Amino acid sequence: MEPIIIEGTPKTPTVKFDASEGVFEIKGRSIPENSVEFYKPLVDWLDGYKETPLTKTVVNIRLEYFNTSSSKCILDVFKKLEAIHKAKNEVEVNWYYEEDDEDMLEAGEDYESIIRVPFKMIEIVE
Amino acid sequence: MGFDIENYVKEQAKSNIILFYKGNVDSDVINHVLDTVEDKMTEVNEQSKLRKKVYNVLVESLQNLYHHVDKVPDDFEDQSSEKYGVVVVQKVDTGYKIITGNFVHSDNIEKLEEKIKRINRSSQEEIKELYKFILNHQRISAKGGGGLGLVDIARKTGNKLDYSFKEYSDKYSFFYLNILVDEEVDAK
Repeated sequence: MEPIIIEGTPKTPTVKFDASEGVFEIKGRSIPENSVEFYKPLVDWLDGYKETPLTKTVVNIRLEYFNTSSSKCILDVFKKLEAIHKAKNEVEVNWYYEEDDEDMLEAGEDYESIIRVPFKMIEIVE
Repeated sequence: MGFDIENYVKEQAKSNIILFYKGNVDSDVINHVLDTVEDKMTEVNEQSKLRKKVYNVLVESLQNLYHHVDKVPDDFEDQSSEKYGVVVVQKVDTGYKIITGNFVHSDNIEKLEEKIKRINRSSQEEIKELYKFILNHQRISAKGGGGLGLVDIARKTGNKLDYSFKEYSDKYSFFYLNILVDEEVDAK
């Protein structure tokens, strides 16, 4: 599978999905007006990866800001990961949040409570 | 005093206005407003926790306008703005105030007000559960909104949604949302 590599912009995150390493990363700001347009290719790509995933997939989410419209799309990403996990593959989500950013920590906990995949909350100390 | 947007804004926000905008709310305007306010907060060395909260709430307020405004009445002075909105950001003692305004067709008032009242009746814990419920069960609407904007604003600020409808004509009202983002966010 071709990896997905997208450079970040002030409104959209940096994305690196590499199927050969099983490491996926979403980083930066995710505040586009039309988040479906941005996330649909990622969700479709995960549909392909889901067919032949590695035995271990690591997902790093390191967002500074995301809007509510992205929050639904990020949930769609997690639902694909949940399906991979359900098919007896190891999946680990690392949810990064900056020191003092309780809102970002809570957002991670929201997903953790909805999605049946192990989450690790990691505080970034500056 | 009849329908006068600037007058209303002056009454609500008397001093320390960081930004006042009225007109079409498109993607470029949103970027510009966000950049301006972010730069101002950086300039005065605002603590990062408050800065982030203000930025988040501002994103949701602007995108609420972008996704949900009704078209302007036929006899309104500005006919060129497809998505007409007003945005004011003011520095206040305890934090920042964000005021947004937009036209709402009278057919849509009840639904909007019901939504706000439901949020305002809820405790912080209930708002959190409501957020999670909508996140998990509601699809993104044809307009592109997720239906989470107001819930998110209430959750992040920990404050009630202060709003008013000013009648413009029998068919239209102007909806003002007056959001306080303050430092006392730990007292949830």
